[in-house]
Amino acid sequence: MAILTVNNVSKHFAALTALNKVSIEIEPQSIFGLLGPNGAGKTTLIRIINQITGPDEGEVLLENQKLKPDHVYSIGYLPEERGLYKKMAVGEQALYLAQLKGMSRHDAIQKLKFWFRKFEIESWWNKKVEELSKGMQQKVQFIVTVVHEPKLLIFDEPFSGFDPINVNLLKDEILELRRKGSTIIFSTHNMASVEELCDNIALINKANKVLDGSVKEIKKSHKTNTYELHYKNFEGELKSVLNERFELTDIRNEDGIHTAVVKLPKDAGPNDLLANLMPHASITGLNEIIPSMNDIFITTVNAFNQGDPNSLLAN
Amino acid sequence: MNKIFLIIRREYLTRVRKRSFIVMTVLGPILMAAIFVIPIYFATMQDEKRVIHVVDETGLFITKFSNNDNYIFIPQYTDLETAKKTLKQTEGYALLYIPRTELNVPSQAMLYSDKQPSLNLTGYISGVMNREIEKQKLAAEIRHQIRLSTPGYEVAADSAADNLMSETILKNIKTNVNIITYKIEEGGIEKKSSTEANMIVGMVASLMIYMFIFMYGSLVMRGVIEEKTNRIVEVIVSSVKPFQLMLGKVIGVALVGLTQFLLWVVFTAILVGGFQQAFPEKFKMPSAQEKFVTNPQMQPQNIKTETTANLQADTGNETANQILEAVSSINFPVMIIAFIFFFIGGYLLYGALFAGIGSAVDNEADTQQFMLPVTVPLIFAIVMMQYVINNPEGPLSWWLSMIPFTSPVIMMIRIPFGVPYGQLALSAGLLIAGFLATTWVAAKIYRTGILMYGKKVNYAELWKWIRYKG
Repeated sequence: MAILTVNNVSKHFAALTALNKVSIEIEPQSIFGLLGPNGAGKTTLIRIINQITGPDEGEVLLENQKLKPDHVYSIGYLPEERGLYKKMAVGEQALYLAQLKGMSRHDAIQKLKFWFRKFEIESWWNKKVEELSKGMQQKVQFIVTVVHEPKLLIFDEPFSGFDPINVNLLKDEILELRRKGSTIIFSTHNMASVEELCDNIALINKANKVLDGSVKEIKKSHKTNTYELHYKNFEGELKSVLNERFELTDIRNEDGIHTAVVKLPKDAGPNDLLANLMPHASITGLNEIIPSMNDIFITTVNAFNQGDPNSLLAN
Repeated sequence: MNKIFLIIRREYLTRVRKRSFIVMTVLGPILMAAIFVIPIYFATMQDEKRVIHVVDETGLFITKFSNNDNYIFIPQYTDLETAKKTLKQTEGYALLYIPRTELNVPSQAMLYSDKQPSLNLTGYISGVMNREIEKQKLAAEIRHQIRLSTPGYEVAADSAADNLMSETILKNIKTNVNIITYKIEEGGIEKKSSTEANMIVGMVASLMIYMFIFMYGSLVMRGVIEEKTNRIVEVIVSSVKPFQLMLGKVIGVALVGLTQFLLWVVFTAILVGGFQQAFPEKFKMPSAQEKFVTNPQMQPQNIKTETTANLQADTGNETANQILEAVSSINFPVMIIAFIFFFIGGYLLYGALFAGIGSAVDNEADTQQFMLPVTVPLIFAIVMMQYVINNPEGPLSWWLSMIPFTSPVIMMIRIPFGVPYGQLALSAGLLIAGFLATTWVAAKIYRTGILMYGKKVNYAELWKWIRYKG
């Protein structure tokens, strides 16, 4: 059973279509990457899930129930455009935001104290927000997003403004939250962190969902049967010894070790490549090139923008 | 509902704890008390006495100028040039020169001074001279009449008897007409009323509403802009509806305003009261308001006899009592209830619009283009104030007191002159409808505006936002 189901959701702003019949399903206790170029419609979708704005068509179900006002208590949202009241004390402000998420004052104080201790920022409780650095403010912001222990967490570019140490701290927290049962929607342009954290993704481009599935499956399906080959003791033209159906896409030489990237036809495998080359050179290494999410993102979006969405399906 | 309460609480607490609020709350009454107290203080303060030299070629006026608290008149029996020199040497304030004229009816005098002489002084001088000339003319007329009625009887050119007679006549014919207006109420009860008192009560009330709308309306606007530029707004609207956030802010700020207003009234009363206790003698003379505080037991009849006995007496005491009586003719329960209603209603109507404007822009500098249509009706109402005072029952006054955008200001002016309950109810109903309408429009703009960054917004864009669904 999916925790969140988005069913054929469309949203228009006057002449602009922000979302066009987008459907996604998010499994409980997973980390779901919501990807897409700037202006693709991700933020609109997130706002619809948060009931900040409503869809023109389609529906959103949280645990199989149509979204209703009380559902905001089950969702924690860290927007990309985020900030705090500068003149307000940190603790008071965190308390206010937690209470707006339906927590009682008593519970909120206890939970906040716990998180402040965990992040070692107890001493900031009475400080004004404007006295904190940007990274410190982000920590407070993270805490107020998760303090009411929502079932569904939505992080929009959560790592911006953090140094690498704090990025790791945050990643660990996100993984910990999932382990404890939360489901996480994660929107970012940082593809490395998508590969690291996400179980499933959806790629939205120009209001349309152009790709979705598990990260593993997507990567698998985007493999192009390309191999990276390391060899030595062969100074001749590699192309002359390769099977003509093999495509040499890159070749370089570093300290006598040659590296070549070869794309094989569908019916061929790495053994064919090795058999082809073994008589001529001593091979030191062979590995399959698995496309990064970054590459998949770029090729998918470009293919779509060139008005040829069918090429995606062929892939 | 609970969330709106949380928002109102935050808006209220963060504002009343601000240093600027505390400073304004303390300074406001001091300033207001100063407005009452300082003029009184200065009015009763002993001024430095100014010396006026008088050269009177006619010899008619030289003894008539009497010294007072502010001026000493010194006769100079020399020619003008010498007197000018003397003035310089003795550092006198001014030199009054009354030249002899052909017909011996001087109508001109020159005042030489190295400073611009005060209106007070020139007024006093011309008053003295006018009175003296009138007296002379009257005495001449009396002599003429005597000569005509008793032929052969010669009268001395300037007999003391004539002068005394003319003086008495002048005194006796001096009159001071006070028009006391009576308002006939239903049931035939007549009440003394005073247009001036009605005017003052109405103007004070409507100016207060006008100021309150502007001060606290722009506070709402700045609050919205602050939330937008802080980028906290999206965090909050993921927990509450934008409408709740807007309404909570408008109401929270209203409570701040009411708190400040109440504290001002209380502190001002304490300060003025304290000053009165400390210096009771300062409050004996000038304005009417103080008068019925210091002489509450004075009976109107006493003043009547007093004023007839002394025609020259200041009529202030009577005015004070008239005001007191006239003010009591205003229907105060209606006035107070209406004031509170239009005060809050007007603020809510405009507060929502101010919130809408704040949401549509990225910083305060961009608010100008949207502020204009909001402020024009308010300023128009203030401009029309004088007209409404003159024609409280006129058709324009009627319409202005019905249209929700001007009614809070205009109705307050009309109420002291008496407004039928039916009209009050209609105006109040329209104000509530107007408030609901502006809040609805503002909420539509607000909902879209708060999440819109870095976009120059124009009216066409706002119109689009109003029409967006859900």
